[in-house]
Amino acid sequence: MLTVPMDAAKVADCRSLAASVARDVQTYVDAHTSVGVERTTLRALGVEGADDQGAPLVNLLVDRYAAAGLLDRGIATFIGRSLLAGAADAQDAAERLAFGPALDDPSQGPGAPEARQALESLTQRAIERIDQARDTRERTKARLQAGPAPLKYVIVATGNIFDDALQAKAAAFAGADIVAVIRATAQSLLDYVPHGATTEGYGGTFATQENFRIIRQATDEASEKHQRYIFQTNYSSGLCMSEIAWMGAVERLDMLLNDAMYGILFRDINPCRNFIDQYAARRIIARSKIIINTGEDNYLTTADAVEKAHTVLASQFLNEAFAKTAGVQEAYIGLGHAYEIDPSIENSFLLELAQAQLIRQVFPDHPIKWMPPTKFKTGDIFQSHVHDAMFNLVGITTHQSIELLGMFSEAIHNPMVMDRYLSLKSARYVFSTARALGDEISIRPDGLIAQRAVDVLNQAHELLAQVASEGMWKAIERGAFADVKRSTTGGKGYKGVFQKHANYINPWMTALEGGS
Amino acid sequence: MIRASSSDAQASAPLRAYGDRRNDGMVQMSFVLEIAPSVRAKEAARQFAELHGLSEVLITTMEPCADGLTYFVAYGHSRHAVDPAAIHVPEVATEVLSRDAIEALVKERLGRKIVVVGACTGSDAHTVGIDAILNYKGFAGDKGLESYKAFEAYNLGAQVENDQLIERARALNADVILVSQIITQRNCHKENARALIDLASAHGLRDRVVMLLGGPRIDHKLALELGFDAGFGQGTKPSDVASFIATTVCAR
Repeated sequence: MLTVPMDAAKVADCRSLAASVARDVQTYVDAHTSVGVERTTLRALGVEGADDQGAPLVNLLVDRYAAAGLLDRGIATFIGRSLLAGAADAQDAAERLAFGPALDDPSQGPGAPEARQALESLTQRAIERIDQARDTRERTKARLQAGPAPLKYVIVATGNIFDDALQAKAAAFAGADIVAVIRATAQSLLDYVPHGATTEGYGGTFATQENFRIIRQATDEASEKHQRYIFQTNYSSGLCMSEIAWMGAVERLDMLLNDAMYGILFRDINPCRNFIDQYAARRIIARSKIIINTGEDNYLTTADAVEKAHTVLASQFLNEAFAKTAGVQEAYIGLGHAYEIDPSIENSFLLELAQAQLIRQVFPDHPIKWMPPTKFKTGDIFQSHVHDAMFNLVGITTHQSIELLGMFSEAIHNPMVMDRYLSLKSARYVFSTARALGDEISIRPDGLIAQRAVDVLNQAHELLAQVASEGMWKAIERGAFADVKRSTTGGKGYKGVFQKHANYINPWMTALEGGS
Repeated sequence: MIRASSSDAQASAPLRAYGDRRNDGMVQMSFVLEIAPSVRAKEAARQFAELHGLSEVLITTMEPCADGLTYFVAYGHSRHAVDPAAIHVPEVATEVLSRDAIEALVKERLGRKIVVVGACTGSDAHTVGIDAILNYKGFAGDKGLESYKAFEAYNLGAQVENDQLIERARALNADVILVSQIITQRNCHKENARALIDLASAHGLRDRVVMLLGGPRIDHKLALELGFDAGFGQGTKPSDVASFIATTVCAR
């Protein structure tokens, strides 16, 4: 059986260091809310729709109360008061509040406890919607069964949700277990979720609730047809991270790309905003038993995969700690990593094997997501296909849980139907031909692979100790992750952050936190 | 990048594809047709390949890759030939210099650092190209512009709007603006690049600043058409760009 040396005490210490970092950040999160979290609350209470300009009602309302300096009470306060004042339902309440001539004055009339009480049945209904979607998913999964690990994950990215639906079915036909719809470029920077089905998008397809419904239906049909459960994936990231988590939960998505720090590092989203939003998103995700996919693979596209491998492991401990803080169980924390070492380096395959096996051992119960080479891909599709085959060999040997398949046309264009077919065909071959390899071989305890695993864990431990002593905010400021530096008050979305008032309420989030 | 130098043209014989023997014209194609696999489908694929100029076509693979779609691999002899002597393409004319030569050239001719400002513009979030050229680490052992004494390199990162880029270039008194466009759909990279040139002209910068465009879908010809001084495509190394910048700025 393939194992690399792993100092269990050191791993335990890494976990406790990461937990202390997450706890420190959580004291800030608990005291704050954001426009994104408040919009999510409105959606959960049943507010939908957009005006004739496409501006969602949840944005119009939240922006109005934010501009008036009242959002620190929590938007639920006003919905609750409006219901007490005679609004028929949350939608009616939201329209009155967004378009009524005067702002509601929370210093008059019913207080927070009464408002909370008025929201009781809507809160319960919101939780039920998540639970029902989850139960339907779990039943279908139990009936149809997923394919064997590593689950073969492919992407579709046409820009048109109806084309995506066709491509998703084609992918299922060719053997895919997971279909992800790549999001339109830069959607993460939109501070609203577009409304309705969309047929135009650059670099991908907009994540909207209606698009989720359309693509879910396509993969449901494919699941039945092939009698194999097909997972549906999208992105809970960017400025609408928590709203999209809600949409994914009720539209029965199986996985969401969701990372505690990705937005900060790679989309220049304000760190405060990001930590507040990821917590709310993960509370929803925890309830709905969606599997998160974290984004540590991205670190290696900006930083060097040999020198900075330990930052991936350190970040995984942190992502795990943040996810657990939000109630996500280990079986749903899909930590990410990647095969991104320069292939011209001699024995780079051994280094990849060491890292993949180390991560498998450190996180034995987690659905680890293994990402393919991208950085050193060129337009030579034939060479690229071989590169991906080596990646697949590490994936099966080290028992990765989820494998995003490499495409030989990486660095050229979005995958075409043929590219995806050949990628799946070759993954099927490698996974089958080497199925039990990892159970049969062992490595030299004093060799290169073993030493590499030891080094990476040691360095990750050092980094975590440093982050724990300086705090997360400082660590991000000095570029501890992915060689990217971000200041606490810089980046996008900071003005959407508010300190909670003493009378802040968010009964729905409170219910999620209570697990009731 | 691939450079078609004029010396290639000395072979006056038309070029044909080379497989096993000279001038046999052997090529392979792979494609998908919207038909289920069958004898008729195979014949359709053979005829499809023939229409592309292949003779003695062999369909070596026919497999269903989705409902109603079939994936084919074909081999055949291409009858086509091209005459390299009749080809005229613009190419980046400067020589690739060694690191020492670049440092010496800039020190002697200019006596100061060349200021280079680079960014991925528009909605493009993919910095892999600009990072490879500008950042110290470079790509595949070829170190980036930051590693040269001759350059002062600023990497503005991703999703930079054209007006932000021009503003920074003015503030830094840039000699060179380097734009990377990786992700593109329906030619949005071209429109965005052209708009940058217009903006630079409107600010009176265009004649004072060397403007370069890079990305997997960019070539020198396209960059010139869009109004840039040079274009760098797939496979460009930092030292290619460094050589061009040093030579061009010093010659001005």
